[in-house]
Amino acid sequence: MNKSRRAPKVLRYAAEVVTAFAKGDAVTRLSFLVMGLWGFARRTFARGAVYLFTQIAYIAYMIVFGGKYLVKFTTLGTQTQGKVFDEELGIYIYTQGDNSVEILLFGTLTVIITILFFIVWASNCRAAYKSQLAQKRGEHIVTLKEQIASLDSKNYHITLLSIPTLLVTTFTLLPLIFMVLMAFTNFDKAHQPPGNLFTWVGFDNFTSILGGNDKISYTFVRLLGWTVLWAILSTFTNYIFGMILALMINKKSIKFKKGWRMVFISTIAIPQFVTLMLMSQLLHAQGGINILIQQLGLADSPIGFLTDPLLAKITVVIVNMWIGIPYSMLIITGILSNIPEDMYEAARIDGAGPVRVFFKITLPYMLFVTTPYLITQFVGNINNFNIIYLLTGGGPLTLEYYQAGKTDLLVTWLYKQTVNEQNYNLAAVIGIAVFIITAVASIIVYNRSAAATKEEQFG
Amino acid sequence: MKSYKLRRKISDTAIYALLTLLAILWLLPIVYLVLQSFRAENGAYTEYIIPKGFTLDNYIRLFTETDLFNYPKWYLNTLIVAIFTCIISTLMVLMISYAFSRLRFPSRKTYMNLGLILGMFPGFMSMIAVYYLLKIIGLGQSLISLVLVYSSSAALGYFVAKGFFDTLPRSLDEAATIDGASRNQIFWKITLPLSKPIIVYTALTSFVAPFADFIFVSVIMKDNYNQYTLSLGLFQMLSRENIFAYFTRFCAGSVLVAIPVGLLFMFLQRYYVSGVTGGAVKG
Repeated sequence: MNKSRRAPKVLRYAAEVVTAFAKGDAVTRLSFLVMGLWGFARRTFARGAVYLFTQIAYIAYMIVFGGKYLVKFTTLGTQTQGKVFDEELGIYIYTQGDNSVEILLFGTLTVIITILFFIVWASNCRAAYKSQLAQKRGEHIVTLKEQIASLDSKNYHITLLSIPTLLVTTFTLLPLIFMVLMAFTNFDKAHQPPGNLFTWVGFDNFTSILGGNDKISYTFVRLLGWTVLWAILSTFTNYIFGMILALMINKKSIKFKKGWRMVFISTIAIPQFVTLMLMSQLLHAQGGINILIQQLGLADSPIGFLTDPLLAKITVVIVNMWIGIPYSMLIITGILSNIPEDMYEAARIDGAGPVRVFFKITLPYMLFVTTPYLITQFVGNINNFNIIYLLTGGGPLTLEYYQAGKTDLLVTWLYKQTVNEQNYNLAAVIGIAVFIITAVASIIVYNRSAAATKEEQFG
Repeated sequence: MKSYKLRRKISDTAIYALLTLLAILWLLPIVYLVLQSFRAENGAYTEYIIPKGFTLDNYIRLFTETDLFNYPKWYLNTLIVAIFTCIISTLMVLMISYAFSRLRFPSRKTYMNLGLILGMFPGFMSMIAVYYLLKIIGLGQSLISLVLVYSSSAALGYFVAKGFFDTLPRSLDEAATIDGASRNQIFWKITLPLSKPIIVYTALTSFVAPFADFIFVSVIMKDNYNQYTLSLGLFQMLSRENIFAYFTRFCAGSVLVAIPVGLLFMFLQRYYVSGVTGGAVKG
């Protein structure tokens, strides 16, 4: 939907540039080559200077920095680091070769900068033609000063969005494109620049994860299954039990409501990583919980809460409940207090019992309000790195899997492939897979909730 | 009538019993953490739960023995990063979400969808590239790099704030425009003063984020212990070679982290709730 709307816009823009050239006079046409020339010719010097400066800066960038990476972008480097024996010094001297990582990263940067430059160039061409028309009609040509002034009101979005855009492009967009491209290379442990270069391999990594390599694809399928199961289990256990807890405290006849809530909320106070590290100590073979169990005579030997494959999975779900239930209780309590009282009254007059009231009023209202919250929780749980990494470290390790353990999620596998194994290409493919899962899940739920919001507003 | 009362009494008693049990389950790890932080005996594990001797040594040594693990430095690092991240990302999130909610400009939808898509990639997928970039810019192992990385990822979380701005009446803007106020003035003088709940929510979540992350810290700082933040630093204390000597100090260090973060949360929890539920609950 988005694409179909976008393509004409780009085409329209391109058409305007073509028209500008076709109908432009000499100055306008020359401005295609020397940006900002029209500004000097038509007495809006400042605007012309800005365009000219941009062009000079771009050319300088390409000569000094970008060009050499762009040239090698198709091969990602051919010259490996050399080793030459220096007779005089009696040592080996390394000659600098290509570095595929740098070529890929700065090549991508250069491509982005080039695209941006072309956008500026196109706006230069349009502005040149516009100024030509304005001059012909004897109208006033907009000056730089007026443009800057418009940033305060008419073009205020540029003021607000430019810095965030710059930051996000540099630290999120560029690195992401880089990583996505990496999925199409053979940048693994055996191809580490500058000693060994890597190059483009097309879709090889995708085919190997989808069945080409038995062990990797087996690991992928199993971890994918566990990731989805985990995300569903952890999201809904927290939600349901949080709701039960909130309803119990909210019951009219229960006293010390604030006190009870405070007890559970106080656990939120402790940063998650502290809780998780502490829990992993408590659940250790010699940890507090095993000591307690053995002293009470409930077991003879330590229980492998974190080392038994099935038990470890149950453990992470339960620990996650310990962490998450106070949050969902807090939120659900807030929502409960917001349900319009007259809805309950109407139900009571109709003679509905508490169970019916819950299923007919409380639950639908809650789901209505918390759908976005549930989506973010679900997505957050797919990416829930901390809990797995800090509790089990993905373990227990198994030889059936490719460098992964039984409780590893796709994201912790990704982390291990990057940091421990340096199989960046595999990591990139996993990352893309995680993206697809989150995107599909979000779109499905979003469409459903969008359909719901089109109906009458609740309450 | 009597049976109804009896039934209610039974159900109430059952709920009290259950709540008490749950409260114990939830408080036990916290009590354990606090007890261990005062434990006088050495070692990571003890054969008993309640320490035999109590001491303040664990707390004192955190601040005096700083050769290997510089806890006060970590604390300072975390505070610096958290404060700057909080300021920058709150400002950015407010600016982005206001622009998307109130201003109409070409390719606004495209822009918003792009943000949505970017947010769906696992955040640390790109950490290797970020590491290289920072090194080239010359910010290698600095706290500024952490602030930049956290802020840029926080910028994508504009949905909650946008939802909030959507609920503010547009007539206010229109009235101000008629009075001759510019967009810039409307944003700072009219919209922001009305947006306390969402400002507090955004500030709170972005302030707490640096306390929780240790992936980026570990990738960026490598083994430069002095530039660590609390989470990664405390994590080091529990590594196999350190846990015996440092477990009780880890507990003490954790308690000192928990107190300020906890207090902050206690005071601001209603904003948190209203933020998460997208303004459905009034803060």
